[in-house]
Amino acid sequence: MITIKNENTQQRVKKELKESVILFAGDSGDGIQLTGTQFTNTSALLGNDISTFPNYPAEIRAPQGTLAGVSGYQLHLGSVNIYTAGDLSDVLVVMNAAALKANIKALRPGGIIIANTEGFGAKNLELAKYPKGVNPLKDGSLDKFTIYEIEVTKLTRACLADSGLGTKEIDRSKNMFVLGFLLWMYDRSMDPTISFLKEQFKKRPELITLNEKVLRAGYNYGDTTETFTTRYEVKAAPMPKGIYRSIMGNQATAIGLIAAAKKSGLTLFYGTYPITPASDILHELAKHKNFGVKTFQAEDEIAAISSAIGASFGGNLGITGSSGPGIALKTEAIGLAVMLEIPLVIINVQRGGPSTGLPTKTEQADLLQALYGRNGECPVVVVAASSPSDCFTMAFEACRISLEHMVPVILLTDGYIANGAEPWRFPSSKDLPDIKVNFTTKKNAVMASESGPIEVFHPYKRDEKLARPWAIPGTKDLEHRIGGIEKENETGNISYDPENHELMTKLRQEKVDLVANYIPEQKIDNGKEKGKVLVLGWGSTYGSIKTAVIECIANGIDVSHAHVKYMNPLPRNLGKILKNFDKVLMPEINNGQFSKVIRDKFLINTVNFNKIKGVPFSSGELKAKIEELAK
Amino acid sequence: MSSSIVTLTDKPTAKDFSSDQEVRWCPGCGDYSILKQVQTVMPDLGIPRENIAFVAGIGCSSRFPYYMDTYGLHSIHGRATAIASGLKASRPDLSVWVVTGDGDCLSIGGNHTIHLLRRNLDINVLLFNNEIYGLTKGQYSPTSHEGQMTKSSPYGSIDRPFNPLALVLGAGGTFIARSMDRDPVHLRGILKRAHEHKGTSFVEIYQNCNVFNDGAFEIFTEKSTKKNETLFMEHGKPLIFGANNEKGVKLDGFKPVIVNVADVSANDLWIHDERDGMKATLLTRFFDDPKKEGHLPRPFGIFLIEDHHETYETSMANQINAVIKQKGDGDLDALLRGRETWNIN
Repeated sequence: MITIKNENTQQRVKKELKESVILFAGDSGDGIQLTGTQFTNTSALLGNDISTFPNYPAEIRAPQGTLAGVSGYQLHLGSVNIYTAGDLSDVLVVMNAAALKANIKALRPGGIIIANTEGFGAKNLELAKYPKGVNPLKDGSLDKFTIYEIEVTKLTRACLADSGLGTKEIDRSKNMFVLGFLLWMYDRSMDPTISFLKEQFKKRPELITLNEKVLRAGYNYGDTTETFTTRYEVKAAPMPKGIYRSIMGNQATAIGLIAAAKKSGLTLFYGTYPITPASDILHELAKHKNFGVKTFQAEDEIAAISSAIGASFGGNLGITGSSGPGIALKTEAIGLAVMLEIPLVIINVQRGGPSTGLPTKTEQADLLQALYGRNGECPVVVVAASSPSDCFTMAFEACRISLEHMVPVILLTDGYIANGAEPWRFPSSKDLPDIKVNFTTKKNAVMASESGPIEVFHPYKRDEKLARPWAIPGTKDLEHRIGGIEKENETGNISYDPENHELMTKLRQEKVDLVANYIPEQKIDNGKEKGKVLVLGWGSTYGSIKTAVIECIANGIDVSHAHVKYMNPLPRNLGKILKNFDKVLMPEINNGQFSKVIRDKFLINTVNFNKIKGVPFSSGELKAKIEELAK
Repeated sequence: MSSSIVTLTDKPTAKDFSSDQEVRWCPGCGDYSILKQVQTVMPDLGIPRENIAFVAGIGCSSRFPYYMDTYGLHSIHGRATAIASGLKASRPDLSVWVVTGDGDCLSIGGNHTIHLLRRNLDINVLLFNNEIYGLTKGQYSPTSHEGQMTKSSPYGSIDRPFNPLALVLGAGGTFIARSMDRDPVHLRGILKRAHEHKGTSFVEIYQNCNVFNDGAFEIFTEKSTKKNETLFMEHGKPLIFGANNEKGVKLDGFKPVIVNVADVSANDLWIHDERDGMKATLLTRFFDDPKKEGHLPRPFGIFLIEDHHETYETSMANQINAVIKQKGDGDLDALLRGRETWNIN
């Protein structure tokens, strides 16, 4: 602990923390996501490791002050490695009573509550469904926490009294006051936020000054008010050397697609229909038209994938993106792409289901849909991203596999990692592999004819990967017709022959199976190669499992962690790994989908650990489960 | 890939556009004539075969691409227009044709059809309208008339049919035409004009299904009734019809009335103007049941051409070029790096 002297000669304590979890919560119109993002970026620039979890309602402006309208942004920052957005928060910032009520369970005992007192008036308390006359800030029910009450609204209004703006507009800057205060509390610079404001309000410069004024007022309020005696310091984390940026999952996916287009020399065509939580991929891609990116906001989900199939038929990198309900609509067209044997990437940013389900909440319950959810024997390659920055890697991989093997690939991410952010030691373009695309230009077969043997083009003649040639319109002498009806092997002509159908069905399966020879082997993420318990995860549970397993290993527990990213085909050595452990624990944010696959493929028992609440696992609950199993 | 369609030097023949696949429509189907007219017209368009793509959905007509020796895609029910949109948007250099039926285009694929028209991609849509589901063996379609007896409407269809061209006009179609399988010369002329139009060309072709809906358009196609029941529109010429062109159409305010040509001066007749959207609206409404007393004749030919709208693919390319001009060619390393970075040593 360091004691510093303030110019007010007031005793200030500076407390160094290894890690800290802050949860910002308020009405969905309170600017909570922006406050959280700005604090995150500032912390990342300082070298902290970070992980974030925005948690917002499906309604854009849910009724003000109600529990349904609470928007949250959780940030976990540390001078140690951080893999999750944190279980319980240390600091809870609430703009109103509903925000407190919705999140108080997630505050650790002894934690700090920073409350905007104007959000605790009689009306707000009633909207938050507190009994009449009860104000939790005053009735002693929160005694195990430290409460800081700040009149945020009043102070913001006072700060901008001379601005000439109306109250409504002034109140929009409240979040800047809170942000300023938090920046003071965690001893970080206001500069990144100020430069953000300058960029954001380029067209309304007067708003730059006003917001900056409120931001500084919040900062100075911390500095000058004697109430606050403790400031926190979270130093830079010991991360591998290199240049870092902050990245969100959907953004990483979009950049991965653009990188794949560049590295394959193809034009990226993204056909999509807006859907939560996938739309940000479209927003990001639409910004980068100077990469030649073609974004097509289709009339519906089916047109979205169909347009991508058309683009792919034409020799482009055709991609479509959606979430579960949209993927359900695309199902028939995925089947078409399987029959056409053309490249196509289908992105599913999973959310809670079924049906409309929980649009803004996370879930991993579309794995079986991705693997099996189509009519007929219809295999596709499926890959899954495990963290926000891994979305980049797996989006790139999805494109590589699709283009090099002439096969549709489904990329699974989910709401948690799609909207979450983390530091990313980004690659340079020269470190990314080239993706080999060979458009066929020559005939590839010989056929007998009346005038002797003639050269012809057979669109379904395969190479060693069982991939068929990609001859695109515009290529002379290779004119051919393909379609959804079963084809004759090699010639691609319509065929209803029973033997041929069985052969083609098996060829399509074998082609997907062969991809296993072109993907990395499964690695153990943490722990020994052989032992008592293996935690086998996939997708966005990566961070929570990693945190739990590291802590368990440190406590002497015999546990290892493997995280699968190639869901179909599975890595060739996965079966061998599974046999090296007495028990296989499979935590999933679903009712046990991947465990069904593992049991089916490897005929082993698994211990399922499932959570279907629309939120990620906490590392604490995973730790408890591992401890129980390792006994 | 260049954005303009390359033209040809050595002129191929209709046979060059015929694939080696056996045509499998029912003997006597109207599709045969349409296939022949398309194959006949193709060499005159001056586009190399490899730069032409036919896209179809599902239905009898949708087998069409297999019979053309061009690039072809036989896709899934209703999606041809959406697939063709992606193909044309990403490959403006290709001549893209969609072959579709009344079920494919107006029922299961109705949504894609109207949005293709709205976006105005330079695609030629050939709607083979036979007012029946043929491939599934005879159910009523969205263009079947009220009361039509089919396998799925043994007591008569209670559905009101679409007026396809009024729908196309409402969706913002920029080239709207009607022809028929039994009039090869007229059909070939319309196909050429459809190809020439830069934008979505929509051609409704009355096509006889001799197995499940034989004679649906007989009144318009048979010699004995054709002249009295059809109105062949020609740009700049008066709307006249009848066995000896003795009848004409005159506008009484907004109301079209049939007159004897002999009774009016030439100036009083409606002069067809294929660029007049208001009049096109009225013409698409010439959709009476021919059995009804005092009905208007059914128009054939070009209802409307609007060629001042930019095509979608052109707008898309222009926008990309403008952004490149403004921001410079995309730099992958700059994109990977983002706006703010920090260094850990």
